[in-house]
Amino acid sequence: MIRKLRRVTSFQVMLVTAFTALAAFMSIPIIFILNHAFKPQSELFLFPPRIFVQDPSFRNFEILLLHASNAAVPFTRYLFNSIVVVALTLVGVIVVSTMAAYVIAKYRFHFKGLIMGMITLSLMFAPETVSIPRYLIISGLHINDTYFGHILPALASPVAVFMLIGFISQIPNELLEAAKIDGASQLGIFTKMVLPLSIPAIATISILTFQGAWGDVEPSTLFMQSETMRTLAFYVNSLISGLQNSVAGQNMAAAAGLLMFIPNLIIFLLFQKRVMETMVHSGIK
Amino acid sequence: MNNTELTPGITKLGRPPSVGAKLRQFFAEIKRDAFVYVFLAPFLICFLIFIVVPVCMAALLGFTSYDGFGSLRFIGVSNYITLFTQDVIFLTKALPNTFLFALIVGPGGYLLSFLFAWLIQQLPLKIRDYYTLAFYAPSMAGAVALSVVWIALFSGDRTGYLNQFLLGFGFIENPIIWLQKPEYLMKVMIIVSLWMSFSVGFLAMLAGLQTVNRELYEAGRIDGISNRLQEVFYITLPSMKPQMLFSAVMTIVGTLKAGSISTQLTGVAVTPQYAGHLVINHIDDYAFIRFELGYASAISVMLLLVSYFAMRFAYRLFGSKEEL
Repeated sequence: MIRKLRRVTSFQVMLVTAFTALAAFMSIPIIFILNHAFKPQSELFLFPPRIFVQDPSFRNFEILLLHASNAAVPFTRYLFNSIVVVALTLVGVIVVSTMAAYVIAKYRFHFKGLIMGMITLSLMFAPETVSIPRYLIISGLHINDTYFGHILPALASPVAVFMLIGFISQIPNELLEAAKIDGASQLGIFTKMVLPLSIPAIATISILTFQGAWGDVEPSTLFMQSETMRTLAFYVNSLISGLQNSVAGQNMAAAAGLLMFIPNLIIFLLFQKRVMETMVHSGIK
Repeated sequence: MNNTELTPGITKLGRPPSVGAKLRQFFAEIKRDAFVYVFLAPFLICFLIFIVVPVCMAALLGFTSYDGFGSLRFIGVSNYITLFTQDVIFLTKALPNTFLFALIVGPGGYLLSFLFAWLIQQLPLKIRDYYTLAFYAPSMAGAVALSVVWIALFSGDRTGYLNQFLLGFGFIENPIIWLQKPEYLMKVMIIVSLWMSFSVGFLAMLAGLQTVNRELYEAGRIDGISNRLQEVFYITLPSMKPQMLFSAVMTIVGTLKAGSISTQLTGVAVTPQYAGHLVINHIDDYAFIRFELGYASAISVMLLLVSYFAMRFAYRLFGSKEEL
């Protein structure tokens, strides 16, 4: 018994050492962006270049947030757009997907097989491949330059529905039957039982939806012609597109990039346990 | 199929009903299940409008010549003929580039995800989360935010971090313009995409590894499994097929999406000498620069078909039933 334990430990020590080095290597971009964002302008031009910041300052963030005059649209407007879009998308995706997943997981009806098949098939759908028809449809519906243009396309989220179906199927039918016998309406069963019971899965799709919507530049570039309707991701993207040949703006772009990363990180840390719970149920069987 | 679900089935008639009766029953059932359709409607409408219809439209547009403003002209399969016989850039640049890129980033990223997920699973429980975060963070930050990092790291002059590092150790004599030289751009794109490939699929694999029944390993050892590699092939992988399949599908999507990385790295829509030109860039080039929407749609149909077959292949590998 003791020998076995010791052998496992020595293997683990080796593994941990090698793996820590690897993990550190993988974290380089994150460490880099964190340091770069706090670098004052002068440190960008240091030779030899240093990764770690020596004299950290909040100047870059200050410039981003307050210094609005040299751009047609202030940074805060992009930030505001992003927050509005992401908040509405999140709520929308959660409600719409849970409703759909609940009936698909728990009821039998016509076309169920067809709908299920289409959802499974469209898991591999990447909007980038059909950006032209999507552009035509959005302009046909006259929702370009509105928040609807950002939100509505995101509501069609096969991955979210798929994961929720996997999770909701695990809820015992007896529980829902009992609620029905006690006189709960369909809406009551949904809001009082299904929604609370599928919280772990909802947390997971929230993370995925958040990441998708927060970092998506497609709606801003294609569907929004007016600069005031574009989001933070688009702004960061436009900041970096001018960077290829200049060092000067790097710290600003890094600060904006960090602002994009932080909310993702916070949400992931908050919901990480729930994500793992859900993933267990949501493979493709 | 017996009805274990919540809606009670309508009692079957003794003799086969006529067409009219069948139709009436059909509508009666629709009416009975009305709330189901109400619940489905919001998702289904968005799904149809923004996923099903665009795919069908792309398929139709592929047979036309259309510039987005003028009239739409039906020209049959000549878009496809042009694509495979005359489009030199597609045949000599976009196709081989995509092939190389997708083959390394797709299966490569997938295998690395599994390897690292498996290794993390071998670590003590207390510290696992930190490692998960370290690997997942780059993909979580997203391509847009991280482009800042890549541009600075691979900066072309002496002050670029990679150049400085390599010069310092004497690997190279002169700074290399990583992002503009055709011979390096593709390699940088692949490395960067691999770096960000530990995404949802990676998390799914981690979760899948936790579901493997521990007792199976004991049983396997009794049945003569001698090393960890055999354990992985005979016990771990078969036990987590659903997650492996989900992860494979997510990898295909991720690889499709990764095409925009070349634009983010170089700052131009069409990379120097088409070095980093992928099929998805080719679509953007024709759609939003040349406004040949019909031709661009034909290319996207080809891309959709290829990803569909990639997905079928993944189902063959890990799927339990052959339905697609």
